[in-house]
Amino acid sequence: MAGESDRRADLEVDRARGSRLVSSLRSGGDSRRSVAIALLSTVVFFVAVGVAITHAPGWPEVRSQFFNWGEFKATFPEVARAFLLNVKIFSIAEVLILAFALFLAVLRSLPGPVFFPLRMLAIVYADLFRGIPTILVIAMLGFGAPALGLSYIPKSVTFWGIVSLVLIYSAYVSEVYRAGIESIHPSQEAAARSLGLSHGQTLRRVILPQAVRRVIPPLLNDFIGLQKDTALVGTLGAIEAFQQSQIDTNATFNFTAYLSAAVLFVAITIPLARFTDWLILRDRRRRVAGGTA
Amino acid sequence: MRKRILLLASLVAALAAIGAFASAQHAAARVVASVASCPTVKAGQLTIGTDNPAYPPWYAGGTHGSKWKINDPSTGKGYESAVAYAIAAKIGYARTKVSWTYVPFNKAFAPGSKSFDFDINQISYTPARAKVVTFSKSYYDVNQAIVVNKGTKIASVRSIAGLRSYKLGAQLGTTSYQFIKSRIKPSQTPSVPSSNAAAVLLLKNKQIDGLVVDLPTAFYVTAAQVPNSKILGQFENTAGQTTDHFGVVLQKGNPLAACVNKAITTLRANGTLKKLQQTWLAKATGAPILK
Repeated sequence: MAGESDRRADLEVDRARGSRLVSSLRSGGDSRRSVAIALLSTVVFFVAVGVAITHAPGWPEVRSQFFNWGEFKATFPEVARAFLLNVKIFSIAEVLILAFALFLAVLRSLPGPVFFPLRMLAIVYADLFRGIPTILVIAMLGFGAPALGLSYIPKSVTFWGIVSLVLIYSAYVSEVYRAGIESIHPSQEAAARSLGLSHGQTLRRVILPQAVRRVIPPLLNDFIGLQKDTALVGTLGAIEAFQQSQIDTNATFNFTAYLSAAVLFVAITIPLARFTDWLILRDRRRRVAGGTA
Repeated sequence: MRKRILLLASLVAALAAIGAFASAQHAAARVVASVASCPTVKAGQLTIGTDNPAYPPWYAGGTHGSKWKINDPSTGKGYESAVAYAIAAKIGYARTKVSWTYVPFNKAFAPGSKSFDFDINQISYTPARAKVVTFSKSYYDVNQAIVVNKGTKIASVRSIAGLRSYKLGAQLGTTSYQFIKSRIKPSQTPSVPSSNAAAVLLLKNKQIDGLVVDLPTAFYVTAAQVPNSKILGQFENTAGQTTDHFGVVLQKGNPLAACVNKAITTLRANGTLKKLQQTWLAKATGAPILK
């Protein structure tokens, strides 16, 4: 039974996607003609852009300084090794962010006048850390905190880079959580409370499970942003992928090493983006299937 | 009291200006190449690039009301400023025809047409870099040195091998980093901050044990930037086949390079470079050599 409804949902979703795709192609009359025109205009567009770039007077110079295969091969292994530090930074940071941001969002959703100071604190926090450019927080903490000269404070720039990213991204992610919490219809809370659940129990067992599932795509979106911002930790002196590519660039005056770093970042963000799409699609299927979620 | 100092200062400044004018005229009389054969970005003017801030001992003085920080390169003071004006005079540009422009390090070798005729910014020659830009002949043969905080464990090290176990740092884009990697081969990954200011902070905060910089810069770091630091030692300049040296950077294939090279050869032969080194880099000699 469930299998059948799933299949039906699949069909519906596929039909919905299919019709949108076709209608985007079919903007002018007969569909086969539209496809042909779309193909032709795509080819013409990319060929024109390609010709314009490769016939620019500076293209040979740009190609040898930005797209140099020899340099790419030479720099890629070392940049890839440095990229492990990026992976370490965003993995640790993401776990901490998800927990800390949830805590902030819950603080902000506390009801009643008693909790006003806590709510205010959460609001000020989100405003402040969404307002300050990431690189400034990283520079201030990375150089400032160890300068206090306290022996029990870590001096590692990687440590302070992670702390900065957690502080900044928690502000964004707490807003995502909050949007999720507020998207749950008030009747849910009313129903839970009328069953005798406390505010905490309602939040934990009724509101958050629905809210978090709803915001998984935007959460992953922020995760992609975080992955890229790990490159900013390099400014403190930690040799991550971007800093390594800068080292290579400065040693040879050839910018191809940047391409090595870019390829690595794209290689992990694209699968994550596709995964996010898949999650959204699965979620939609489930909802179309009639609330088996 | 203050008035008298002001008077004295302006007198000194006036004297310096007269002196500079006189020497510029003197030098202009012995140009090595005509302006016509040394084309520049802006006709009749020589545009020289360097980074901002302009650090001692390469530049000195005169930032009041200027966009330049720490030092203004157009004072003619400091080793690189003095060398730049000496080269300019040799190829036929008087002081008034020289203008300075801000060129961040990366911009010195980015592809495309350049906003400067030559860039003078402690840039070390390497064969790989020379494929992308044109380097002039050496205007300074440079030794690397290591700066540490006094009283720390690393401060008692007396050999290159002894440095291996420490956390070292060097500024991004310097041959100092290459030196750490190829000669010291430390067991911990070195720190490579993006700017001189960041590198100095790391040392000050003891986030790194030792900072490798060129010797003249090391003297500035210990004298002005990191209190209670010292130069642990300098390293012999024997890395690779070529000695580590600074050259001015020009757009690849710029014919001005020939003029600049002629000027530098003359300045070296007639002792001007040596004299300028004695004036501006005199302190930068007496550090123990680490082997």
